[in-house]
Amino acid sequence: MSNLRELYLEMVTDHAKNPRNRGKVDPCSHIGTGHNPLCGDKLVVTVLTNKDVIEDVKFDGEGCAISTASADLMAEVLVGKTIKETKILFDTFHGLLTEDSNTDSVPRKLAVFSGVREFPMRVKCATLAWHTIISALDGNEGATTE
Amino acid sequence: MTDTATVDNFPALHQKIGDKKLVYLDSAATTQKPQSVIDAVTNYYELDNANIHRGVHTLSQRATKAYEQARKDIADLLGASRAEEVIFVRGATEAINLVAQAWARPRLCKGDEILITEMEHHSNIVPWQLVCEQTGASLKVAKIKDDGSLDIDSFKEMLSQDTVLVSVAHVSNAIGTVNPVEELCALAKSVGATTVVDGAQATGHMHVDFSKIDCDFYAVSGHKMFGPTGIGCLIGKYTLLQEMEPWQGGGDMILTVSFEETVWNEVPFKFEAGTPNIAGAVGLSAAAQFIRKIGYKTIHAQEQELLAYGRSVLEAIEGVTIIGTAKNNAGVIAFTIEGVHPHDAGTILDHAGVAIRTGNHCAEPLMKRFGLHATCRASFSMYNTTQDIDALGTAIQEAITMLR
Ligand SMILES: Cc1ncc(COP(=O)(O)O)c(C=O)c1O
Repeated sequence: MSNLRELYLEMVTDHAKNPRNRGKVDPCSHIGTGHNPLCGDKLVVTVLTNKDVIEDVKFDGEGCAISTASADLMAEVLVGKTIKETKILFDTFHGLLTEDSNTDSVPRKLAVFSGVREFPMRVKCATLAWHTIISALDGNEGATTE
Repeated sequence: MTDTATVDNFPALHQKIGDKKLVYLDSAATTQKPQSVIDAVTNYYELDNANIHRGVHTLSQRATKAYEQARKDIADLLGASRAEEVIFVRGATEAINLVAQAWARPRLCKGDEILITEMEHHSNIVPWQLVCEQTGASLKVAKIKDDGSLDIDSFKEMLSQDTVLVSVAHVSNAIGTVNPVEELCALAKSVGATTVVDGAQATGHMHVDFSKIDCDFYAVSGHKMFGPTGIGCLIGKYTLLQEMEPWQGGGDMILTVSFEETVWNEVPFKFEAGTPNIAGAVGLSAAAQFIRKIGYKTIHAQEQELLAYGRSVLEAIEGVTIIGTAKNNAGVIAFTIEGVHPHDAGTILDHAGVAIRTGNHCAEPLMKRFGLHATCRASFSMYNTTQDIDALGTAIQEAITMLR
């Protein structure tokens, strides 16, 4: 049970139930669709950048608690970040989910997902929004976790 | 209800997931294996292992005998009129693909129609889409009703003089609907169509009589009827099998080979190129014996009791919606939980030791029909008990408390 509590920390379930960043950025500079074939979840991420800096991020779509909370917290963390910083942050976040990496360098809002490490099947849920935004920023429309 | 002696037959059921007793409710994905099946496979490798149909030595004779005995056992269990009507393949998927490529592809052309239903597994959709692409034929889909049963009127409407082939699930894997396959095959026959029944979800749970259903082809999955993975069969009418060309070439499927001309072996060997899954067939034969010993009647009655109890337990939980409430249903309950995504439910239930399947169940079009991306699915076998269902109910409550 303890592992499970660490997966569904209060911050995670709270953002899953009441996401603050659900919707569309309109107008937006980038749009991406993410798809997790395992559970059929689909996510649309819209981004507005100014030069190289992310000004706003929103997501839309149906997902599990992990993917919804991850998309919502990602949106909060990325505002004000450059595209380059976003990519570096994703690498750090991915490391947090898959390796026994140190969580010190990870923003608190992302560190809440460290419990995912014990659930390898759920890594794709936690990274769906990230794959989608990176793909959108790279100028591609679609992303999948496969 | 299920006695412990029955459960004792299945070693994999006696384990803990973390500190919780395993409750296995995913038999529609694959059934657990009785000790007799595991022993048959082990014994085969320990004592009889050899290639079949070739060597004159003792082991080869034993292996050949065991393999051909398996064919007879399956023919007996499932009502084929002769053992040669049973072709060993990897599973139901390969059985359907065999019909698609060896029967349908050379015979269909533009204007012809293949009729399936909205509740099919991907393996009874995609092989036909391939054939349609290859031949110019088109795919028609009969509708289902809101309770998950087939809409017979829609099925009749879709049938026409252009219908060349009809392929329907005997039992839906995603929601458990049992189709009236005898009636459907008779309707298909009336327009001259060839009939295929996907029996993957039937043969582990209810009495199946190939001759009585009177379909032309019947697809069987070994691993869903207590047998090993990687073995299944296509049962086909002998005359049809004779008329068909082989679909794969290689050893064992030929009588004579020269660079100018090769003569095919007889049915069923014509369709079994290469060294087959001999151990798998031996295991499947043991599975057939296991089923005979318990009896389909007992198995079916137990599963129906579990279905009724399961539906009542789930209906009583606020926010749980059951998808597929047909009267004639196998031991499968698909459901959603308000406020709990199936993927989260799967993880939380696993922590309680309860193994269910979540997702689209290889039936995306069916999910779409119900306006869903995914569901949870609990599926039963004769080794399940009402306590298993109580554990499911408790675990669902835990998931609701955790996420709502
Ligand atoms: C209805 C149905 N058809 C076909 C299949 C495929 O069977 P196999 O795994 O033997 O290829 C399945 C298995 O999930 C099924 O449930």
